[in-house]
Amino acid sequence: MAQKTLVSFTLNGKEVDVAVEARELLIHTLRERLLHTGPHIGCETSHCGACTVDVDGMSVKSCTMLTVQCQGASMLTIEGLERNGVLHALQQAFHEEHGLQCGYCTPGMITRAWRLLQENPNPTEEEIRYWLAGNLCRCTGYQNIVKAVQAAAQKLAAQPA
Amino acid sequence: MGDMSELQQREDALQGMGTSLLRKEDARFIRGQGSYVDDIKLPGMLFGALVRSPYAHARIRGIDKSKALASPGVVAVLTADDLKPVKLHWMPTLGGDVQAVLADKKVCFQLQEVAMVLASDRYAAADGAALVEVDYEELPAIVDPKKSMDADAPTIREDIAEKKDVGHGPRTHPNHIFTWEAGDKAAADSAFDNAPVTVREEILNPRVHPCPLETCGCVASFNKATGYLTVYMTTQAPHLVRTVLAMLSGIAESKIRVVGGDIGGGFGNKVPVYPGYVVAIVASIVTGVPVKWIESRIDNISTTGFARDYHGVGELAADADGRIKGLRFTALADHGAFNSHVSASKFPAGLFSICTGSYAIPNAYCRVDAVFTNKAPGGVAYRCSLRVTEAVYLIERMIDVLAQKLGIDKAEIRRRNFVAKEQFPYTTSMGWTLDSGDYAPALEKVLKAVDYEGLRREQADKRARGELMGIGIATFTEIVGAGPTKACDILGIGLFDSCEIRVHPTGGVIARLGTMSQGQGHATTYAQIIATELGLPASDIVVEEGDTDKAPYGAGTWGSRSTPVSGAATAKAARKIKEKARQIAAHLLEVGEGDLDWEVDRFRVRGNPEAGKTMKEICMAAHTGNLPDGMEQGLNAVAYYDPPNLTYPFGAYVCVVDIDKHTGEVKVRRFYALDDCGTRINPMIIEGQIHGGLTEAFAVTMGQQVPFDENGNHLGNSLMDYFLPTAVETPHWETDHTVTPSPHHPLGAKGVAESPHVGGIPCISNAVIDAFAHLGVTHMDMPHTAYRVWQQCHALGIDRH
Repeated sequence: MAQKTLVSFTLNGKEVDVAVEARELLIHTLRERLLHTGPHIGCETSHCGACTVDVDGMSVKSCTMLTVQCQGASMLTIEGLERNGVLHALQQAFHEEHGLQCGYCTPGMITRAWRLLQENPNPTEEEIRYWLAGNLCRCTGYQNIVKAVQAAAQKLAAQPA
Repeated sequence: MGDMSELQQREDALQGMGTSLLRKEDARFIRGQGSYVDDIKLPGMLFGALVRSPYAHARIRGIDKSKALASPGVVAVLTADDLKPVKLHWMPTLGGDVQAVLADKKVCFQLQEVAMVLASDRYAAADGAALVEVDYEELPAIVDPKKSMDADAPTIREDIAEKKDVGHGPRTHPNHIFTWEAGDKAAADSAFDNAPVTVREEILNPRVHPCPLETCGCVASFNKATGYLTVYMTTQAPHLVRTVLAMLSGIAESKIRVVGGDIGGGFGNKVPVYPGYVVAIVASIVTGVPVKWIESRIDNISTTGFARDYHGVGELAADADGRIKGLRFTALADHGAFNSHVSASKFPAGLFSICTGSYAIPNAYCRVDAVFTNKAPGGVAYRCSLRVTEAVYLIERMIDVLAQKLGIDKAEIRRRNFVAKEQFPYTTSMGWTLDSGDYAPALEKVLKAVDYEGLRREQADKRARGELMGIGIATFTEIVGAGPTKACDILGIGLFDSCEIRVHPTGGVIARLGTMSQGQGHATTYAQIIATELGLPASDIVVEEGDTDKAPYGAGTWGSRSTPVSGAATAKAARKIKEKARQIAAHLLEVGEGDLDWEVDRFRVRGNPEAGKTMKEICMAAHTGNLPDGMEQGLNAVAYYDPPNLTYPFGAYVCVVDIDKHTGEVKVRRFYALDDCGTRINPMIIEGQIHGGLTEAFAVTMGQQVPFDENGNHLGNSLMDYFLPTAVETPHWETDHTVTPSPHHPLGAKGVAESPHVGGIPCISNAVIDAFAHLGVTHMDMPHTAYRVWQQCHALGIDRH
C-alpha cells in the first residue's frame, strides 16, 4: 500500500478527514472520496475552471491542487452555497437569466462568481468578464452569465446586511 | 367564448409555446447535482486507461504487459490480441469503413489506442499505462492530404489495400476513400464557358474540434448472471449506439441498455462510437465488473471527433451585373486514418451540396474527394449538419469574392441573387427543395439596424487614413432536421424520431423521446409543445430522454434535428391524445364531436358556452368506466415522425471588425444576428442557443485549428493551445428574428442551434477579409489569429510606421 497522509479540513462548514496519497489531486478527493460531484473535471490542466472551488478565501482550480496542501483549510464548493433550503442569489440568477445550458461549467462558474462578489460587490461588466476569464463555457457565450452576475449583485446589494 | 382576460390567464398558466419559460433542467445544475458520466460510481468498478501511440504511423513489433501487470492495483491489460477471440478488435464506422478498436499490428495516427490497462482506480490505471512497453517500427507518415494519392505515397490502410471500394464507389488509390459528386457538371461547365465573369479561390476549412467542456467517457456494466449490458455514456444518439453495440457484441438488443444521463455539451463530438467505449464494454464483459473509461482533454482533442479539414476550391460564373450563372465547388477531404465520418449512408460528403446557399444559381456542380492521412479519424459535424459549415463558408466567401471582382457592394450582390419569396418551395440546381424563406426583408432589417450605409462611409474614411476596418455580411441558408427516411439512414436505420406521451389521471404528463439533450433545454421546450397542444400546464409535464429502456427509438440529437423531427413527433403524439380526449368529451357531454370547439385547455359545446369539459376533467374520465362504447382506458400515445423534407432555417448577419495593422489583432466591434427558424417555441432558449453558436463560430474563425508537424505529431492539443474563447475575448451579441414557418412541419418550426455557427463563421471571416479588400486581398484562410493577420499586413507592407 502506498503511504497515505491524513488530511483534515472544513468543507462547506463541516469537518472532514481523508487519508490520501501525497499525489492525490483535490478534485479527485472531493469527487471520489467525499462525494462532492458538483465540481467537474474539464481539462486537468487548470485551464477550464470547471473544478473551481474556494479555499481559504481564494478561487482554486482543484485539479491542480494536492489534497495534502489543504490541511486545516476552509473550503467552499457549489454544494455549500444553498443555505437552509434557500438558493444563493447567484444560483437563482443563473436560472433566471438563462446563464447555463449543459450545466457542466456552472458549479465552477458560480463558485468563481461568488468569490468575485465577496471581493467586489458591485462589479462592472468588464470586471465580471475579467474575473471569469479562467472559467470556460462552451454553451452560453457568457452574455447571460454576465447578466446573471449583475442581477445577483443587485439583489444582494438590496438585501439588508 | 370566455372573457378575454380570463382566456389569457388560462393561456398564461399553461406556459406553452412562445413563452420564455425558465428551464426545468436548471434546478439540478445550479446546485451541482447534475449526473454526468464521471459522477457514476458502481460497486467494484474498475478504471480503464488507454495506452496510446506516440507515432503517427508505425508497425507494432510487440507489446510487453509484464511490468504493467505487476504494478499495484492493475487487474488486466487488454490489447488487440485479447479482443480478437470476441471479434471486437475492429469495429464498423459510421462512414462505411472499419476502425481498429485497439491497434492491430500497426498504428495509423498519433495517440491511437493500443492497449487498455484496467486497475482499481484512475491513479493505478495511469501508472499501469505508463508501464506498458510497446515496440514500434516507425513508418513515414502522410500529413498533407494533397500528397495522399501520390504514386509513391505509403499505404496507410494495409487492411483494406486490396478493396476496390469502401462503401461509396470505386477507389483509385490505396489512400483514396471515395469521390462523390452532385449537380450537373456539363451544365455548370457550359455556364462557365459562356460567362463574362468568373472567380476562383482556394478556401480551407481547417481541422478543428468541437471540444465540449465534458470529454467523452462511459461506465460499462455487464451482468454475467443475466447477460444484461448497461452502458452509461456520453452520447448524443443513445438508440443508434445501442443498435451498434448489439451488432458489434452479438448481445440481444433487448439486453442492452444505453443511458445518456446529463451530457456536458456535445456539438457533434458525442455522436460516434469510439474505441474507448468498446474496450470498456469488452473489459466489463471479460471481468464481469463495471469498467469506467474517461478521456483526458488531450485525448479528446487528439483522437475523438474532429471536424472539417475540407480543402476547397470555389468557382463562380456570373454576368456583368453579378447574377450568378454557374457554381463549381470541389473539396479534398482529409478523413484521417479511418473513414469514421458521421454521414447518412447515401451522403458520404454529408449535405455539402447545399452549397448554393440562399441564391438562385441555375447551374451547379460539386465534388468531394476523400482521402486517408495519418491523422485521427472522426469527421463529425461541429455544431452543424453534416458538412454544411464547409458548404456555407464556401458560398458566403465566394459571393464576396465575386462582389469584389465586379465592384458591387456585398449587400447588393446578395439581393441580386436571392431566391425570391414567391419562388418557395424552391428546388435548387443540386436537388434540395428549400421549404420556405423570405431573405430580402431579413437582410434589409439587419442593414437598417446597423446603419450599413453609415458603416461603409466610416470604412471609407478610415481607409483614407490608412486604418483597417471590415464589414462582413452572411445571408446563409442551413439545412437541418435529417431527415426523410427515404433519403437518410445511418447503418440502414432511417432518421425518423419519436415521442411517447402518457397522461396521468390528475393531468400530470410524462413524455419520452428518442433525442438527447446536451444542454439545449429539451425538457422545457418539449413540455411547452405538449402544454399548448393538450392544454395542460408545462409545470406538470416531465420530459425524459436518453435511457433506451424507457424512451421510444430515435436517432438522437445532432444536425439541429430535435425540434424539426422529435418536436414534430411530440405534436403528433399530443394530437392523437387530443383526438381521443375529444371523443371522451363528446361522450360525457352527450354531443357530437363536431359540436365541440377547442379553447386553450378545454372543449366547449358550440352555442352553449356553459357546457364544456376541461382537459383535466377528461384526464380523470379516461381512467374510469364512463367511456364511449369500445374505447380503452388511458390517455397515451406514441408517434414516430418521418419528416417529408428537411427544414431550411436562414439568417442575415453583419459583423464589424477593427484591425490593428501593427499587431494583426482583430476586434469584433459589433455583431448583429437575425435568425429565422420558423415558429419560435421558447424565445429565451433560442437566444441562448444563438449566443452559444455565435461564440463557437467566433472560436473557429479566430483561433481554432488542430495543427500537426510533418511527421504527424500534434502541435496543439491541450487547452493551452487550442482556442476556447473566454468571457474577455467573446464579443457582445445582438440578436433579432423574423418568422417564416416551415410549411411541412406540424408546428412550423425549423431548428436553430446550429445556424449561428454555420452563419457566424463566414460572417466574421468576411469582415476580416473585407478590411483588406481595398488592398486587393480576396481571401485569407482561417483561423484569423493575430499572427496570421499580421502576416497579411506585413506582406502588404502596411505594418510599419
